[in-house]
Amino acid sequence: MWQKARLVERRVETASATTLVFEPEQWDGHLAGQHADIRLTADDGYQAVRSYSLAAPARDGRIEFTVQRVIDGEVSPYLCDDLPEGAYAEIRGPVGGWFVWREADTRPVMLVAGGSGIVPLQAMIRQRRAVASRVPFRLLYSVRSPAEVIYSDELARPSLNGGLETSLLYTREAPPEVRRPLGRIGLADITAHGWPPEFEPACFICGPAGFVEAAAKILIALGHDSHRIKTERFG
Amino acid sequence: MNDHIDGNMLAGALWQVFRPDITAAQARCAGCGMVGPVAGLTVYADAPGTVARCVRCEQVNLQLVQSPTDLWLSTTGLSFLRFRIPGQ
Ligand SMILES: Cc1cc2nc3c(=O)[nH]c(=O)nc-3n(C[C@H](O)[C@H](O)[C@H](O)COP(=O)(O)OP(=O)(O)OC[C@H]3O[C@@H](n4cnc5c(N)ncnc54)[C@H](O)[C@@H]3O)c2cc1C
Ligand SMILES: [Zn+2]
Repeated sequence: MWQKARLVERRVETASATTLVFEPEQWDGHLAGQHADIRLTADDGYQAVRSYSLAAPARDGRIEFTVQRVIDGEVSPYLCDDLPEGAYAEIRGPVGGWFVWREADTRPVMLVAGGSGIVPLQAMIRQRRAVASRVPFRLLYSVRSPAEVIYSDELARPSLNGGLETSLLYTREAPPEVRRPLGRIGLADITAHGWPPEFEPACFICGPAGFVEAAAKILIALGHDSHRIKTERFG
Repeated sequence: MNDHIDGNMLAGALWQVFRPDITAAQARCAGCGMVGPVAGLTVYADAPGTVARCVRCEQVNLQLVQSPTDLWLSTTGLSFLRFRIPGQ
């Protein structure tokens, strides 16, 4: 059930988020949106388990996670800063068969991310690209500031993202050319940048619990059917 | 900070003992009759075990406690779990 996985690469994404690439002993692929549980064991035998979304399709038997450091957290600062390349962690997965996007589903997709909630949604974007799907995607991504946008280079490259429209919603600090007032995601954002309910999109919302609840309420208020809305709360 | 997350986090623990994915299963609350995916339940993970509650009436639907050798699962708060049979 638990297997060892070796950390083979570490990539800094932002000041507070790092991507970790692992090589598990065996991996048979996964669905976009699934996660794995990571278990760390201290010298005294104490164990901690946390869930992390699989950030990209598996490649050459390698899988990756993007971990956002939670101040004073037990596990995330260690993963972000301390686990050395070449070291092992234990992994259980892939798991979770509900919060997933399958390319056979051809409905338009609306992704709503708050902070590190972008990770499983980016996995869906990357899967869409990997299979050359033409399903239209819209991403609304709420972040504090431009410096905190995870995957910013990748999201900004039009050549990678045909058929994906990305809207960044800043809450604390924005580039000067942005006209939207700073603030949390609101009805106007989803009306302006999301799909209308008549298009019957598949909706995925991920992020901190408060963000997820607020965004889900807006979608319902706009007339989206709750059966089309999937949510995942990170903390 | 909110102190609860949701049923998506139950996937790993229950995958150890059940073949089908639990998060996509439909659960009916024994308290109020609400039916929805296990992923949608409110989950409190800080307790010694993990407690999943109904989002509508807050009744405890599932309780999970894990020791190094055993996993205890209480489902008395549910009147059913409905699984889609894989491959159907
Ligand atoms: C299904 C699932 C998928 C997840 N995927 C990812 C992912 O891809 N990337 C990622 O970075 N995290 C992800 N998380 C969150 C992750 O599992 C941990 O909760 C997070 O890394 C904090 O763990 P910690 O041990 O550092 O903090 P802890 O020691 O557990 O918590 C310390 C304090 O921070 C608060 N806290 C816990 N989680 C968060 C959070 N996410 N944001 C802000 N405050 C928090 C706690 O309430 C507590 O007060 C996911 C969670 C779930 C359930
Ligand atoms: Zn209930």
